[in-house]
Amino acid sequence: MNVHQIVTVYLKELRDALRDRRTLISMFVVPTLVIPLIILGFGLVTAKIVRKARAETPAVMVLGGKDSPQVQAALAAHPRFRVVPPREDFRTAISNKTLRAAVELPDDFDAALAENRATTVRLYTYDGEFKSGFATGELDRFFRDYRERAIQTRLTERGLPPSLVKPFDITRQNVAAPEKVGGNLIGGIIPYLVILLCFTGAMYPAMDITAGEKERGTLETLLCSPVGRTEIVLGKFLVVLTSALSTVVFAGLSALVTFPLGAWLFAPEVAPVRAAAAAAAARTPMPQIDPLGFLASLAMVVPIAVLFSAGLLALSLFAKSYKEAQSYVSPLIVVIILPALAAMLPGVELTFYLSLIPILNVSLVCKELVSGVFNWAHLLLIFSSSCVYAGVAILLAVRMFNRESVLFRT
Amino acid sequence: MIVAQALTKTFQDKKRGEILAVQDVSFTCQPGQIYGLLGANGAGKTTTLRMLATLFKPTRGTATVAGLSVTERPAEVRAQVGFLAASTALYARLTARETLAYFGRLNGLPAVEIAARTQRLADDLEMHEFLDRRVDKFSTGMKQKTSIARTLIHDPAVIIFDEPTLGLDVMAARTILRFVRDCRARGKTVIYSTHIMSEVEKLCDTIGIIHGGRLLAEGTLANLRARFGETDMEEIFIKAIGGTGAA
Repeated sequence: MNVHQIVTVYLKELRDALRDRRTLISMFVVPTLVIPLIILGFGLVTAKIVRKARAETPAVMVLGGKDSPQVQAALAAHPRFRVVPPREDFRTAISNKTLRAAVELPDDFDAALAENRATTVRLYTYDGEFKSGFATGELDRFFRDYRERAIQTRLTERGLPPSLVKPFDITRQNVAAPEKVGGNLIGGIIPYLVILLCFTGAMYPAMDITAGEKERGTLETLLCSPVGRTEIVLGKFLVVLTSALSTVVFAGLSALVTFPLGAWLFAPEVAPVRAAAAAAAARTPMPQIDPLGFLASLAMVVPIAVLFSAGLLALSLFAKSYKEAQSYVSPLIVVIILPALAAMLPGVELTFYLSLIPILNVSLVCKELVSGVFNWAHLLLIFSSSCVYAGVAILLAVRMFNRESVLFRT
Repeated sequence: MIVAQALTKTFQDKKRGEILAVQDVSFTCQPGQIYGLLGANGAGKTTTLRMLATLFKPTRGTATVAGLSVTERPAEVRAQVGFLAASTALYARLTARETLAYFGRLNGLPAVEIAARTQRLADDLEMHEFLDRRVDKFSTGMKQKTSIARTLIHDPAVIIFDEPTLGLDVMAARTILRFVRDCRARGKTVIYSTHIMSEVEKLCDTIGIIHGGRLLAEGTLANLRARFGETDMEEIFIKAIGGTGAA
């Protein structure tokens, strides 16, 4: 093997790639911007929605309860929602988002409360709609407080202590480190983004320097020179790998800046809502990711980048034109996304067999790593199996470059 | 020198089965000579030349280029060959100087040698004006000159032209033809394939007429005229391939 020729091909292809606007976009611009856009963009939108929802006094409707002036008055006086006159079409109004929630009071609610008779209050909500959930939450809290006060009054009247109905309190304490909480909450999205970016980073140059060169006629010019075909494929492969890895590095650097910035910008906005949504988690600290684990997860992506680069090179070389290469490569994104998504599914844990499935294994182990979990047996198994797959892909690419029927396919 | 002996190439096609592209083609081309390979599209010219340039492996037969076997020492053969074809394009995002440096390095030339040869070729081909401009901004003539310089950067003993004037205007084509003559004058072994009759008449010392993958006739222009009893190259060609089409 002639290293001088490999380096010559590599440097020329790199120079060529760096002069191509499309490669520059896929190598630098997309990975640098995609994570801030997702994190800060979504953060901004979420913060805006939360701020707006908190500023809005939701319209709620009280159905029935005309014979219960006390609860009606308490509802009307509540500052966190605005009671509007009852209408028959309240369900439609909630569905149309002109009304946020409704509460149906049973007949004689005040009287039943006074006489210690059990009754049921029914809340009408729009499941999954953020503002309706917010208003329903307020109504739910109102009636829980109202019930608490009634219990307190009854106990006081009978001279009984509050512990009679509430013999003990339940509190929940998080014992997981912030990075483990963060790993579980956002750890899945990091490998997903990194793997996807790595693939897209390799995709464009792989197609351009194989099928694109065939189409432009420059591949034949290169094949006429004394450079060996193995040297050509290795030089080209290294350029694709450089592009894939630079995508990962730029995405990583961007993430390292974006996550703390996002946490600093949006923590005050989002934390109360998260607390309201999961009352028990009110004291959960702002999720973090383990920086060392994050860097380790980027290192785990290296063999995946090799696999993608060599695989895409071999596949694209088979195509007659850039357009044909696109039609081969584009469907692969779905194949990549599915195992990369696995880390975002709740409860999927790494096992021996899953450690052998390419992409899925890296996706799952990256989630562990950003949570600060370093399972060395898993890491070794995944790294070595990924290296084997990557090696096979390189061999395949070399073999493809030695086939006349592929190089001169017209 | 090029010696082709019973060169044969078959391709496998899923629909058509085995395709015989070139069959038992034998010829010799001496240094300081231009051997013209004349044939219609699909006659087997490009396949023959690609076997000589080691881009294809012969299915049967063999060839030597500058005394080196194309099947046994392909990389060394390519170091002795300059290959210029309509299908050998230039890298659009490199400058002419970078292109020459790249192919010089691939041929194992040291940087000083590359710089000297680039200077000499730029002088000969009047390339100084655009030497440091990117190829994608070039006119057709500039591209042709850069391609010629690329073919010559390693000073090959053998130069193979595969329909180099295809799609070129008169001026660009004349540049190529002048360059082919220059190669002969410098003692290079030159093979020139074309389907343009006038080009072989103007250029070639020996003409081989190829059709259906077989070399049907070979000789100097005078020999072919005497053999087929025609003076017009087109008529000679039609008679050689057994055709009856009248002009």
